[in-house]
Amino acid sequence: MSRASVWTIAGVALVAALAVVSVLIGVAELDGFVLVASRIPRTVALILAGVAMAVTGLIMQLVTRNRFVEPSTTGATDAASLALLAVLVVDPAMPIAVKAIAAVLGALVGVVGFLGLARRIPVRSSVLVPVVGLMYAGMIGALTTFIAQRQDLLQELLAWGVGDFSGIVRGRYEMLYLAAAAALIAWIAADRFTVIGLGEDAARGLGLDPRLTLALGVVIIAVVTGVMSVTTGILPFLGLIVPNIVSRFVGDGMRRAVPIVALLGAAVVLACDIIGRLVRFPVEIPISVVMGVLGGAVFLVILLGPSSRRTEDA
Amino acid sequence: MPERAPRATPVRHALSHPAARIAMLGIAAAAAIALFLLLDLPGRADYALGLRWRTVTGMLVVAIAVGASTVLLQTVTANRILTPGIMGFDAIFMTIQVTGVLVIGPRLLLGTSPTVLWGIELVLMAGIVVLLYWWLFIKRRLDLHLIVLVGLVIGTMLRAVTTFLQRLLDPDAFAVVQNLVFASFTAIDRDLLLPTGVLVVAAGVSIVPILRSLDALALGRSTAIGLGVAHRRVVMHAVVAIAVMVAASTALVGPVLFFGLLVANAAYSLVGHRHAASIPAAALIGAIVLIGGQTVLARGLGFATELPVVIEFLGGALFILLVLTGRTR
Repeated sequence: MSRASVWTIAGVALVAALAVVSVLIGVAELDGFVLVASRIPRTVALILAGVAMAVTGLIMQLVTRNRFVEPSTTGATDAASLALLAVLVVDPAMPIAVKAIAAVLGALVGVVGFLGLARRIPVRSSVLVPVVGLMYAGMIGALTTFIAQRQDLLQELLAWGVGDFSGIVRGRYEMLYLAAAAALIAWIAADRFTVIGLGEDAARGLGLDPRLTLALGVVIIAVVTGVMSVTTGILPFLGLIVPNIVSRFVGDGMRRAVPIVALLGAAVVLACDIIGRLVRFPVEIPISVVMGVLGGAVFLVILLGPSSRRTEDA
Repeated sequence: MPERAPRATPVRHALSHPAARIAMLGIAAAAAIALFLLLDLPGRADYALGLRWRTVTGMLVVAIAVGASTVLLQTVTANRILTPGIMGFDAIFMTIQVTGVLVIGPRLLLGTSPTVLWGIELVLMAGIVVLLYWWLFIKRRLDLHLIVLVGLVIGTMLRAVTTFLQRLLDPDAFAVVQNLVFASFTAIDRDLLLPTGVLVVAAGVSIVPILRSLDALALGRSTAIGLGVAHRRVVMHAVVAIAVMVAASTALVGPVLFFGLLVANAAYSLVGHRHAASIPAAALIGAIVLIGGQTVLARGLGFATELPVVIEFLGGALFILLVLTGRTR
């Protein structure tokens, strides 16, 4: 049995175990209604969100050829929030589908803008790309905050940016299947993304039109980011740390990496949500806070750890 | 940085002298203060004047703290893009404050004088900042870009920690920490104004004797040591001064990320890199931007609270521009 399939089987077992725990934890007495209306939807939403965000992070890293980027550090999330805000200002009563489309379009513009900026960075430093991304995200965020302050919509803004699954019940998460579908398409097109990760010249040399694959990647990133913004809010660091950990064990070939990235993403999200529910039971702590703390710590270890040498090439 | 060669007429040359430029900045800052104080005064001026006077003093303290601390940090780290905020220093201070509220509890907190509490927090903050600096720049000797990324991650993480700790607080304590988290230049804490002002001025005065050593430090570590600078002592002095100033401005107005970047770079391009000129210039430019900006936004455009956001936006744009044009050092 290959190493990757061992990892995959271990991942499936882990996710299944965590999912059972997630279904069993809660304040309400567990009966048939609670199970179907709240516990199972929440657990499914957690798995879908984890899969989608982790795979998106991997694509983002291949497309930019940089290990330290993900949608929330490159302006995609903030641009989605800006678009959502614009919809709210025009007409607060828009159906959720319209909001989702707006968020996806916003994220699309945000990602394209970031890729444009990233190409113009003169020093090919692998660390400068995410730094510029964070600043770019900060600028879009400042613009959004400014408009939100004028319109008294700061609270809504907080809800999009902070991932929280406590409001997930039946009927409020199904759009996440769309995000998971985008992740599935990424898996199908995995080999193309692997080739893109080698660089555009190499991709051309291998007979692949890089523009098409790039466009596909950008659309996948935008769909996942937009859908996540309107349903659960964004999970920080997830798309950053999961692909980094996985690539240490199975390398960069995307076809092998995608299933493991997806499973680990789901497992991390489930675990963080369970922690957030248990730490101050019965009060919940939003998952994005738990993830911000734990994910930040793990990311620092990745950045500064013993094998951080290899990040300084590129 | 070499002095620019004299050119054009003697008058223009005299005007481009750093001292003349600082004097002009001083006049502009005084004008901004006067405008802020006197524009649109209501009928019963006493109360409004008193309130505005407090705001102006607070903004001056913040301008000095942010301007000087950014220039100092950029000198000891040899670059033009770092600010204490980007390094996560103000996030450290906020975490200390929130942890303090959590550990001590609001009842005891209201009993203790805010100055004493703030003093304890300040000592903690200075200790942590010195340790962090020592670890990042001396022990690990990380690459500058990596340090920026590490600082940003530490900042994001600590902000999440702060949010997390806030969730653990009961509503009373929550109300106490709420106003720490958002930047606001207008809601200045009355009790802290005097102690922070004194400390910022003291930290500013304390660096006067090492101004020339700092000039040498800007030439690089080995050059500075070759010129007879006690490198470690000067750097540690500067880092402690930075910690004190960041703690002061964070306590007064909350976290600001890019403001220092704007004023420090404006100061370099106006008066050059000598610290005797660039630190006062940065402080004055800070005062002009803050007080002038607040006057324009509040009185002219009717935006009372948006100045921090506007400054962050412009600062972020400047940062990207500096990176894209390759002028990070």
